Amino acid sequence: MRLKILALLASAVLISACAQDQDISSGSSGTGTVSSTTGSSSGSGTSAGVGSSALKPGSKEEFIAEVGDRVFFGYDKSDLTPSAQSTLDGQALWLQKYPSVRVTVEGHCDERGTREYNLALGERRASSVKDYLVARGIDGGRISTISYGKERPTALGNNKGSWMQNRRGVTVVD
Amino acid sequence: METNLLRLKYLKMRTLCIYFAAFYLICQSSQAELRIDVTQGRADPMPIAVTIFKSDGIKNKNIGKKISTVISANLERSGLFAPIDSKAFLEKSIEMDLRPQFGNWRVLNAQAMVHGAVNIDAEGRLNVQFRLWDVFAEQQMVGNAYFTTPKNWRRVAHIISDLIYKRITGEDGYFDTRIVYISESGDADKRVKRLAIMDQDGANHRFLTDGSDLVLTPRFSPTMQEITYLAYYDRKPRVYIFNIDTGQQEVLGDFPGMTFAPRFSPDGSKVIMSLAKNGVTDIYTMDLATRRVQQLTQSPSIDTSPTYSPDGSQIVFNSDRGGTQQLYVMNSNGRGIKRISFGKGRYATPVWSPRGDLIAFTKMFKGKFFIGVMQPNGKNERILADGYLVESPTWAPNGRVLMFFRQMTPTANGVTRSVKLFSIDLTGYNEREIVTPLDASDPAWSPINP
Repeated sequence: MRLKILALLASAVLISACAQDQDISSGSSGTGTVSSTTGSSSGSGTSAGVGSSALKPGSKEEFIAEVGDRVFFGYDKSDLTPSAQSTLDGQALWLQKYPSVRVTVEGHCDERGTREYNLALGERRASSVKDYLVARGIDGGRISTISYGKERPTALGNNKGSWMQNRRGVTVVD
Repeated sequence: METNLLRLKYLKMRTLCIYFAAFYLICQSSQAELRIDVTQGRADPMPIAVTIFKSDGIKNKNIGKKISTVISANLERSGLFAPIDSKAFLEKSIEMDLRPQFGNWRVLNAQAMVHGAVNIDAEGRLNVQFRLWDVFAEQQMVGNAYFTTPKNWRRVAHIISDLIYKRITGEDGYFDTRIVYISESGDADKRVKRLAIMDQDGANHRFLTDGSDLVLTPRFSPTMQEITYLAYYDRKPRVYIFNIDTGQQEVLGDFPGMTFAPRFSPDGSKVIMSLAKNGVTDIYTMDLATRRVQQLTQSPSIDTSPTYSPDGSQIVFNSDRGGTQQLYVMNSNGRGIKRISFGKGRYATPVWSPRGDLIAFTKMFKGKFFIGVMQPNGKNERILADGYLVESPTWAPNGRVLMFFRQMTPTANGVTRSVKLFSIDLTGYNEREIVTPLDASDPAWSPINP
C-alpha cells in the first residue's frame, strides 16, 4: 500500500513538472526527486515527507532515493538550472559523506537532434555536471563521464515531456 | 568506329577472379543515340527488355534466369528504366551470335533490349556473355563476356547492370556496391545495435558484430576492405577500424576523451574524427600509417561530423560556434573556416558528393527533419526528403543517388518505433525503401567493389 502511494506521489510530481515544461528534478512541492527508472528499489520517487527506508548507507539505492541521481537540461543546452544545481549540491554532500564512492556521470539527449552532434552535446552535459561537483569540492578523479547522445532515452513518448526527461545528466554510483 | 575489342580487365576478389574479355566489335558510332538524361527528375523510365540468359548445356539452368532477374531489378530500382514483363515477350531468349528480331521488341515499345548466355567451361568456370541493343536503331550498344567462379553469378549481374546503366546514361553505375549500416532491434530504451553489411540490393546480408556493445556511424574505406565506426567496448565510446575480410577490430589511438564521428580521407590514408573532452569537441585527423595526430579546430564549441571534399583539399563539418548547428568549410589544414549554411533552421551531418559538386546534409526546422543538398559555397539549397526524423545521408559512388534513414513517428507509448533505410535520386524523385531484416540506421555506401 505504501509503495502504491509512493508511486502515485512520484507520478504527480512528474506530471506537475512536465506541465511547467521546465526542470523536473525538483517538483513544485520541493520534495520530489525523479530517479532512475532502472532501479527496482522502492526508493523511486521517494519524498522527504514520507521518510526514507532502510537503505544501505553509501549505496547506489540510497543515493538515488535520498539525493536524486539526475538533472535536466533545456533543448540544446548544457547549463545547469537552479534546481539542477540544488540537486547537485545534494549529490556533492552525499559524495563528501562517502569519500570512497566513485561515480560516472552520463550525458544524454532527446532524439530531436542528429546522432553525432548529440554525442558531443551529451559529453558537454556530463562535463557540466562533473565541473559543478568538482567546484563543490569533490575530487575530479572520483568522477568519470560518458556520453550516450540520444541512444538511451528513458521516456519514450513523442512529446515535449518525454524529450525533456531524456535531456539529462545521470550520476551513477560505480 | 569505337572498339571494345581488346579491352581486358582483371578483377581481384579475395581469392576469386573475374576475367573481363570484351568482344563483339559491332559498336558503330551512331546518330541519335539511345540515352537517358539523369539530370531530368521526372523523365519517363525507359522501357527495356531483359531476356532470360540462355543456359543450355549446364546443370543449373536457373543461373541465367537469376542473372536477368537481378539486372532487371537493379535497372527498375534506379527509376530510370521500366523493365518489360517477360510474359509479354514474343521471343523468350535469343542465341548470343544472332541479332534479335527487332520487330518483336518494337511492338512492345522496348527502347533497349538485353540478351545473354551462361555456360560452364571445362575448368568449371562460369562464362557469362551479354549484348545490349538499341531496338529502334537496330544497333548493338555494348557487349561483354565474363569468366568467374559460379558462386559469383550475382556480382556478374551487378557488373552487367553497371555497364548497361553507363552505356545509356553516360554516368557510372552503382550496382556493384555494398552498404554497411546499423541493424537495430529491441525497445527504444535498450536498443540493440549491430554492425551489418549487404549488397546494395539487400542480398548477401550479414552481421559483423553480435550486439553486445553499442555501435554507431560506420563508414567505408575508399581503398581498403575496412570500416571505421564508433563502438562502446568496455563502456568507452571510441573510434575503431573493422577489417571486413578478417573480422579484426582495432581501436584508433588512445585519446583522453570520447572519439567519434569518424570518416576516411579520400585516399584512405587518414581518419578524420571528433574528440570530445571537458565539454569541448574539436576535429582531429590520424594518419593511419604513422599514427600521427593533428588537431584541426580549436574552439570552445562543438565541431563534429567532418567530411573531406573528394580531392582532399577541403573539409566540411557542423559546428555550433555561431550559436546553433550550422555547416562550415575549411581547408584541410584547419585554416580558412567559412560558414556556408544560412537557411532557416539547424544544419548537420554534411557529406561531400563524390563528384565534388554538392554537399548533402540533414536539416532541422520547426520540429521536422529534412535531407537536402547545397553547393559547397552554400548556394542553391534543395530539399530532397523529409520526415519525423530523417538523418545521415550517404552518396552512391556516382554522386547521383543518396541513401539515408528515416525514423517513423513513434506510437503513443513510443516503445515500438520503426527505423528504415531509403534511397532517393538527386533530383528528389524515386524514393525507395531499402529492405533490411530488422530496423536499420546510419547507412554508408561503399565505393564500387574492387
